[in-house]
Order: sequence, then structure tokens, then C-alpha cells
Amino acid sequence: MLLVNTSTYIAAVLFLFVMGFFFTFLLESYSEAARETSPAFDFFRLFWLAVIIVVPLMTMKSIAEERRLGTLETLLTTPVSTGEVVLGKYAAAYFVYLLFWGSTSGLFYVLHRFATDPRLLDPGTLVGGYIFIAVSGLLFVAIGVFASALARNQAVALVLSLAMLLVLIFGASFAVNIQFFQLEALRPVRQALDYANVFQHLDDFSRGIIDIRHLFFYLTGTALTLILTVLGVEARLLHN
Amino acid sequence: MSTTDQISPPLTIEVEHLVRTYGGIAAVDDISFSVRRGEIVGLLGPNGAGKSTTLRILTGFLPATSGVVRICGIPVAANTADAKRHIGYMPENNPLPEDMRVNEYLYYRGRLKEIPREKLRTRLDEVLERCDLKRIRHRIIGKLSKGMRQRVGIAEAILGEPDVIIMDEPTIGLDPHQILIVRDLIGSLRGRMSVIISSHILPEIEVTCDRVMIINGGRIVAQGTPAQLRHEVLGHTHYEVQFAGDAAALPEMLAQVEPTLVVESVRGPDAAGFHEATLITTCEQELGELLFNAFTARACRIRSLKRVQPTLEDVFLAATKRSWDVVDIPGAKKQAPAPRLPPP
Repeated sequence: MLLVNTSTYIAAVLFLFVMGFFFTFLLESYSEAARETSPAFDFFRLFWLAVIIVVPLMTMKSIAEERRLGTLETLLTTPVSTGEVVLGKYAAAYFVYLLFWGSTSGLFYVLHRFATDPRLLDPGTLVGGYIFIAVSGLLFVAIGVFASALARNQAVALVLSLAMLLVLIFGASFAVNIQFFQLEALRPVRQALDYANVFQHLDDFSRGIIDIRHLFFYLTGTALTLILTVLGVEARLLHN
Repeated sequence: MSTTDQISPPLTIEVEHLVRTYGGIAAVDDISFSVRRGEIVGLLGPNGAGKSTTLRILTGFLPATSGVVRICGIPVAANTADAKRHIGYMPENNPLPEDMRVNEYLYYRGRLKEIPREKLRTRLDEVLERCDLKRIRHRIIGKLSKGMRQRVGIAEAILGEPDVIIMDEPTIGLDPHQILIVRDLIGSLRGRMSVIISSHILPEIEVTCDRVMIINGGRIVAQGTPAQLRHEVLGHTHYEVQFAGDAAALPEMLAQVEPTLVVESVRGPDAAGFHEATLITTCEQELGELLFNAFTARACRIRSLKRVQPTLEDVFLAATKRSWDVVDIPGAKKQAPAPRLPPP
């Protein structure tokens, strides 16, 4: 349904417009003064903006809308299980998410075609960045679907997933700086927070470091979120 | 899996002691019944009687609190996925995705019901033809009229050639012409698939169904063919007669015809000298001719004589009222009439 929906294309256009705007802005600042990092590195640091806009909008409908229309009932009376329904919704949303990001590769193609300086395009950063987007997207989209499973109303799903994504993306880097966590006794907590810092993951990926721990973080996070989603959908059926 | 399946048992739906509670309040309270292959059964009841809940449990969408439901011999609770393969279900209000086309939707549902691609093409044409949807197959569902949507819902339910079709209020909100079409469509399934329909539109049920179950407060209060129900629930028959003659001699004359026949009311005489009497009897035989002869033997002129056929509505009102009376008796077997719940 996502691919035949007009709103997906509107979202895609807006997404590309915003990302293109940032990209141009970045390139302009690069043309004014030389920098140490490549434009791709800074570009991917803006991923959070795209995530908190695109993911909630794209996933808010997935289960909440089915429930509101009552089509969840017809869907679950066919020989498919709740798990299959959730996985289907998730896979569709993730596919569209990848398409969105895939379309930004056009920006780099334009840069590659017209830039004279090969230093502007660092393939390592580019590939690392896209791998980060693909891997972290697993978890982000799962969170969006989870929020949609909890809420009956799309708007509630939107706000819920936005809040959860913000906490996930900024929570760790914010919490680490809280005075309270500087206590020596809380060192393990601080380490855990460091480990869960999404921006740290991005930096590593962009430098070409693909850390198994990061992969593990996102894969287990995704699995857990999807399991909770299935349980959420079933609990709502049991107690409605 | 299909109706041609030789080994499938003659009973397609078996329900034993089904209970479903919402927060300690019983919406379905110890219901047992069974439906044979090819039978059309109507589930009647006032709003909140537990009809939708019962049907949802049959489809495996809602779990039961206790009790057993078997579809074609397969226990729904233990083997939901298998049981669902034998069911075509149309929920209340017939929810459909607004932005799909009719044939796209049916194709998608067919794939969900595990119909192989090559078979689905021909099956789709068949179903579209049968539900008279051929002309609108490329239209978007959100823009269809209610009658058309309803037909799409029915087409979806029969698409997989299931053994059991469950429809929750299939004719709600339709105009008389559309009701007729839907009724014919349901009637055409008789003998091939078991159909269970819930409704509170009574003439509807009476025309379509072989058997009727009246459910109230989460329990079955009466069941049988419409004729059986009339006899069982009401237990008496009315006659209406308009005659000119001696009204005072009426009781004595009636006693000669049939001992249980008594006068309920007499009005008149009107300007033409005719009395209008309503007679009541517990006798089941047709007394029309005997009455006519008795009147003419006494030189009474008869203007009209008829046996009043109680409608299913009377039966329904009597049965639901009786069930309230039963549960309201203090110290009755199970106290606390199950409160009427809004459907979830």
C-alpha cells in the first residue's frame, strides 16, 4: 500500500528537497573553506533529521490504520499469523525507507559528475554511511511500526514514534553528559550509554569500521522491538 | 479444504460450552450448537446479545475464555491457522481498504487465502460474475456505494470456496433491492457451504435461513426452524373472524369445534352488523374449515376468516422477553443477567 499511496510520493519529494537543500548548503560551505572531513561525512551526520521526519510519517499508518478501519480483523481471519502481518508491514516500510535513502545517491552522483576535486568524494565514507543508514534503519523502522501497533490513532502513533526515536538517537549522548553519571560508581552505566550512542556508531561506520557490537545492537534491538510489536497487537486483541 | 473434500465431516461448526468474558462480565455465556454442511443458520439477537463476539470466536480472531469450537473438526483454539483455511468471514460493517481497486483487493485476499496464482485468475472471474461485480471491477473501493461494497465483502468471503461462511449483519444499511440481491446470493450458497448469518432484521433471516438461533444475554434462548420456533415459543395460534350473527353464542359454538379454542376479544357490531372476533387456541391443526362450517351451520354470515401467522418478530420478542424473565427470577440457576455490552 505504501507504493501506491500518493502521500508516500509527497513525502519522498519533500525528503529529497530537504536533503538536497542541506547538501547544497554543505557544498557551499566546503567551497568557501577547506575542511578535514568529506561532505558525505557531514551529510550523514544529518541522518537524524530525515529519520525523525520520514520514519514516523511512513510507519504511523501501518497497523493503526488497519485497526481503525477494521481491516485488521479481516486480515487476521485469513491463514496468516500476527507475526507474519507485523513482519510484512515492517518489511514494506523498511523497503520504502531504503528507497528514500537510495534516492539520495543521486546527489552524490551529481557531485561526482561535476566536481573536479576527487577529494570531495570519499568512497569509504560514502559506503560506510549507507551501511549505517541501512543497519540503523532496521531499528528505526521497527520502532515506528511498534508505535503504530500500540496506538489506535495515527496521530498518537506519530508522536509516540517521534518521541521514541528522539530518545534513542539523542538520549545516550545527552545522558552521558549529565553530572549524575559522572560518578565513579556509575561507570558501567556510562559505558553502556556510550555503547548505545547512535552518533558514535555513525562515526565508526563512516570511518569504515564495521563493528560487530554495533551490528549486534541494531539487530537485537530490531528483533526485540518486533517481538514487542507482535505482543502488542495480540494483547490489544485479547483485551479489547 | 474445499467443498469437494470427501473426508470432511458432516458437521462443519461445533461449539461446546463457549464462554467469553470481558473483565469478568460474560458476553457469551455457555453456548453450544452445531451446524451441518450446507445449512444456512441465522443468529438473532438484540444489540449486545453476544452475536458478534460468538462469530469472532468462531473465526479464531478472538480467543474464548473457555469452551471448544471446532470448524470442520479442527479445534480453532489449538490449530487456528488450519481452521482459518475453512472460513470465509465478513465482519460487521464490512471493513475494506479504501484505496484499492475491486479486483486488486480480491486478488490480494485470494493470495492471502493461499489460492494458487493460476487458479485464482479463473476463480476471481467466477466470483466477480456471481456477485455481479464485473462492471465495477476496476473501480476504487472507497468510491463504491454501500450495496456494491457489501457485494465485494461477500465476494471476498466466498472467494476461497470455504466450508464455512460467517457473515456479521450482511444486509445492514442496504436498500430493499440490494437486500434482495444479497439474499439471493446467500441463498445460492445453500447446500454447498455452511453459512451462519447474524442479524436483527427478522424477515431477512426468516426468508434465507434453514434454522434460527435466538440469542440473548449471551445465551441461546431458542433455536429451530422458524415454524418450530413459533410453536415452541408462542405455543398458540390466533384466528380472526368477521361474522354477522349472535356473538353471545360464540364461546359455546367454539367449544364444540375445538375444546381449547376460546374468544380473546369481540368487537362490533359495525354498521353492517358484523362482529370482529379474535380467537386463540393451543391446537396446532388448521381449524379454518371447521370454523367456517360451524358458523354457516348456525346461519352466521362470514365476511372474512383467517389464521394469523405470527411473524418471527413476535417469536423474537417473546423469546428474548422470556429469557429476561428467566434470568430475573431470584435464585435462578445462574444469577445476574449478563449485562448488555457494547461490541468491542
